[in-house]
Amino acid sequence: MSSINGRRVAVVAGCRTPFCKSGTALKEARAVDLARYAARELLERTNLDGAEVDEVVFGQVVPSALVPNVGREVSLLPQFPKEIPAYSLNRACASAGQAITAAQDQIVLGHANVVLAGGVESLSDIPILASRRLADILVEASKARSLGQRLKTFSRIRPRDLIPVSPAIAEPSTGESMGQSAEKMAKENGISREAQDRWALRSHQLAAAGTADSRLTAEIAPWLPGRADQPVVTQDNGIRSETSLEQMAKLKPVFDRRYGSVTAANASPLTDGASAVLLMSEDAARTLGYEPLAFIRSYAVAAVDPGWQLLQAPVWAVPKALQRAGIGWGQLGLIEVHEAFAAQVLSNFKGWAEKGWEINEDIINVMGGSIAIGHPFGATGGRMVTTLANEMRRRDVQFGLVSICAQGGMAFALVLERR
Amino acid sequence: MPALTWELRDGIAAVTLDLPGQPVNLISRAVKDEFNAAFERLAGDAAVHAVAFFSGKADNFIAGADIEEFVKLSSAAEAERLSADGQEMLDRVARFPKPVAVGIHGACLGGGLEFALACTYRVASDHPKTQLGLPEVQLGILPGAGGCQRLPRLIGARAALDIILAGKVERAQKAFKLGVVDELVPPAILREITLAAAKKLAGGWRPRRKRIGGIIAWLLDGTPPGRALVFRMARAQVFKKSGGNYPAPLAALEAVEYGLRHGLAEGLKREAQLFGRLAVTDVSRKLVQIFFATTQLKKDFGVAGAAPPAPAAVQRLGVVGAGFMGAGIAGTAVSQAGVDVRMKDADLPRVAKGLLSAREILDERLKRRRITRYEHARLVALLSGSAAYTGFGRADLVIEAVFEDLQVKQQVLKEVEAETHQRSVFASNTSTIPITRIAEVAQRPEQVIGMHFFSPVARMPLLEVIPGARTAPGTVSTAVAFGRRMGKTAIVVKDSPGFWINRVLAPYMNEAGHLLLAGVAIEEIDRLMTQWGFPVGPITLLDEVGLDVAQKASGVLHAAFGERLAAAPAFALLVKDGRLGRKAGRGFYRYAGGKKRGVDSAVYALVGVQPNGGVHSAEILQRLVLVMLNEAARAVGEGVVRSPRDGDVGALFGIGFPPFRGGPLRHADDLGAARIVADLERLADRHGERFTPCEVLRDQARRHGKFYP
Repeated sequence: MSSINGRRVAVVAGCRTPFCKSGTALKEARAVDLARYAARELLERTNLDGAEVDEVVFGQVVPSALVPNVGREVSLLPQFPKEIPAYSLNRACASAGQAITAAQDQIVLGHANVVLAGGVESLSDIPILASRRLADILVEASKARSLGQRLKTFSRIRPRDLIPVSPAIAEPSTGESMGQSAEKMAKENGISREAQDRWALRSHQLAAAGTADSRLTAEIAPWLPGRADQPVVTQDNGIRSETSLEQMAKLKPVFDRRYGSVTAANASPLTDGASAVLLMSEDAARTLGYEPLAFIRSYAVAAVDPGWQLLQAPVWAVPKALQRAGIGWGQLGLIEVHEAFAAQVLSNFKGWAEKGWEINEDIINVMGGSIAIGHPFGATGGRMVTTLANEMRRRDVQFGLVSICAQGGMAFALVLERR
Repeated sequence: MPALTWELRDGIAAVTLDLPGQPVNLISRAVKDEFNAAFERLAGDAAVHAVAFFSGKADNFIAGADIEEFVKLSSAAEAERLSADGQEMLDRVARFPKPVAVGIHGACLGGGLEFALACTYRVASDHPKTQLGLPEVQLGILPGAGGCQRLPRLIGARAALDIILAGKVERAQKAFKLGVVDELVPPAILREITLAAAKKLAGGWRPRRKRIGGIIAWLLDGTPPGRALVFRMARAQVFKKSGGNYPAPLAALEAVEYGLRHGLAEGLKREAQLFGRLAVTDVSRKLVQIFFATTQLKKDFGVAGAAPPAPAAVQRLGVVGAGFMGAGIAGTAVSQAGVDVRMKDADLPRVAKGLLSAREILDERLKRRRITRYEHARLVALLSGSAAYTGFGRADLVIEAVFEDLQVKQQVLKEVEAETHQRSVFASNTSTIPITRIAEVAQRPEQVIGMHFFSPVARMPLLEVIPGARTAPGTVSTAVAFGRRMGKTAIVVKDSPGFWINRVLAPYMNEAGHLLLAGVAIEEIDRLMTQWGFPVGPITLLDEVGLDVAQKASGVLHAAFGERLAAAPAFALLVKDGRLGRKAGRGFYRYAGGKKRGVDSAVYALVGVQPNGGVHSAEILQRLVLVMLNEAARAVGEGVVRSPRDGDVGALFGIGFPPFRGGPLRHADDLGAARIVADLERLADRHGERFTPCEVLRDQARRHGKFYP
């Protein structure tokens, strides 16, 4: 299907760093290091001359105070000319997906031919904030005109002011944390603990299989550490091939200790990582000699009231994207569903099933999902698009779907086509 | 067209020096005359209240005196007059009745800095190209236009000696910190600020200069006993560094000391006298010859003919083999040439290790403040690697530094050719395998070449470029040009065993082994050669290179050239004993904690001798030096190097041949072929055929020939 002015956008290639649980193998890298690493390796793998790139777009959910525009730092890699504009965006957990479609928009409009899109998150490198009172005092002290005045300002600091504040993963509008929302969805949609654990186990087993047969690791640029005493990281480190339902059953629910069902095992872990995807107009891909993995057929975003079921917006985003693609659910040959929580995945399924759509698990998350692989918020969309595009090629599937639920009651859906 | 022009505005004469048709400003006799005339006119012009002085060249202030004029000098008296002329001109500037402010951007060296020192006020741009220094000592002379007088008066004896005695060139920031310049400003406002300073000076304002360093500095630089101590220590250091082989630093020291003791006028006289004496020394002649030879080499792409093919641009370098050499090549390429480097080795941990070791070269530059934190981060991002050939598709040049084995290297060549583009050049860093052999399996043999780096790559300044039988001229110029971008002096040598450096080194090292077996003490051999001017002796060098590496190279030479280049039997015994040199912690010397800890006397028992002092030091020297000269002459006869110039520069930079001797071929000329042949024949009679003089020397002896005209 061609777009408004006949310019179709190709997914040429994608790659990512290994996804590692926060505070583990990638903890010393800053988010900007991870983003640059993924972008540079993508250039290496495609042998693309950086000068061909027209724009860089990166997603990040919790930006660093020191590097607020991570995209620009990526486009300032020495492999690029310095004249490539870049920006960073935040569509919560769908940020990399949004970066990819933002790139697509620019290409379709004819503003660009080649765009590098991606996303990054380092939850080992989050800004730790000073308390509001301490911040006020520091600002005031910095404006003091004399040493005496400055000391007087400092003298107002009280011990409790020194307790740092770390950003919580909670909705600013409702105060409800992500986990509490998942807990609520499990209850309201009748998703059992066992069903959640089963989905989590499946995620680990399929991701382990994808790692063993190197379909998954093929997308990973091995992380070569910056210090001699650290090992090379070639795979995601959250995947547990040996886990079992029995082991998972032992875990206590985290968000509702008495009646809850959401545990550390059936939720995605806090993760560090980055992804990058190379997008080109169909013509540019042909001219530069690349064989596209797939083309973007359509995309859509939707939102619901965050106070309702925070992660249920895919039930609205996906039909919108399918409608824009002009295809039906039954025509999808592969589906990638973001797994923030098993409860959310199964709730999304329920919502889709209520539309009369058949949930065929054989084509969903065939190499596992975020529960096993990990979920660096800003980067996940890039991983999903890359995995989907590669697997569509392997299986020669014509239509594939990416669905991502996101903070703020939002969702993002993207349809790829093979030919 | 005049070199000096000026325009007058608001009572300030803005003077510009711009030598017509020259890339840089140099001070020649003609320029001096113009200076004198110009300053006379400016002095007489009542409308001029102050002078602001600039260079008209884009990135050069004044590069120094014109060396071409200097080499024409034939007597000490003539040289002394040249120095006195320069002093007089600058004296005129210093005593000029109106203040002079200079705005310095670009190189400000030698006579250029001496001029700036004679002015009233110095403003420098903070650009990396702005460098100030007095490199005269490196040419065997001293700053003879008042530099030995004005610099210590401005920044103190210690700081001045530090610059003058080592012939140092400092970046603008450092010069500012030392007090050489009064202000440091961005290039964009250099002119404006200098003009403003001239205007202020015209109004009677004078800069107040604080002595840097407080009370200790005052004690050392400002009091006679303090100064005496400073000079005593500096003298001791000069002796230690030059081994008494270089007269210039000592003479410069004397010029500074004399001037501080007896006043400026007497100091200048002494300075000119000493300059005159130094200018006609053999050492200075040699150092100037080397300067010209290396300058010529920088323009030589190693390809015959009037219009050598232009080198291909290398934007991306592939390095196969992430070991010590590969990492050194990668790190140096990033740090010096700023190219994108992709490394490849068989497994990722090895690649990671290689990248870290390449990165150390950048870390070192950061630590020495040669680059900023931000430049460091940019350069680090140029280094990457993988266990596959990803990214090699765009490599314009690939250098392999894998295991020294023909099959392995040929395999790598085939793999690389399959990955790279059609114009990509493949270079082998082999030291022992003929390039022509490696290229036998090539699809594009005309793009295969040897690039022989020396270890450690970051520090060793020489590169041997070796075209194989089918290598295209364009490939040669590409390799030479890239080596130059890596900061190396490149010589193009013939694809013959050992190339040039290992060829002349082998008999010398072997002879050290023969001497050891004759009962000469290890430290005696090393001491004699360092005294002769080498930075380290042959036995220490063996330990540094690694005895296994030397053995491998020597095996190749033995096979190719016969008994003459057979390794001394002592070496194999050490290798067998695991004494591989420094890297193994033990060789001829003991090593602990990365430091040399003295001769390991167990070595004597191992090779079955007792040091007995049996051989005279004169004969030790003769055997070591002549055996090298003989092989060098023979190799020149075989066309291993393209010219004696290349051979000498190679030996200076590749093995540390004493610069004041000019190189092995220059030294052979000095000794005279007849004498060398006679000595060699005598040695051959006594010690065997390895000393038999080569045909080149015999022929020279017969017809009174020389290597250099």
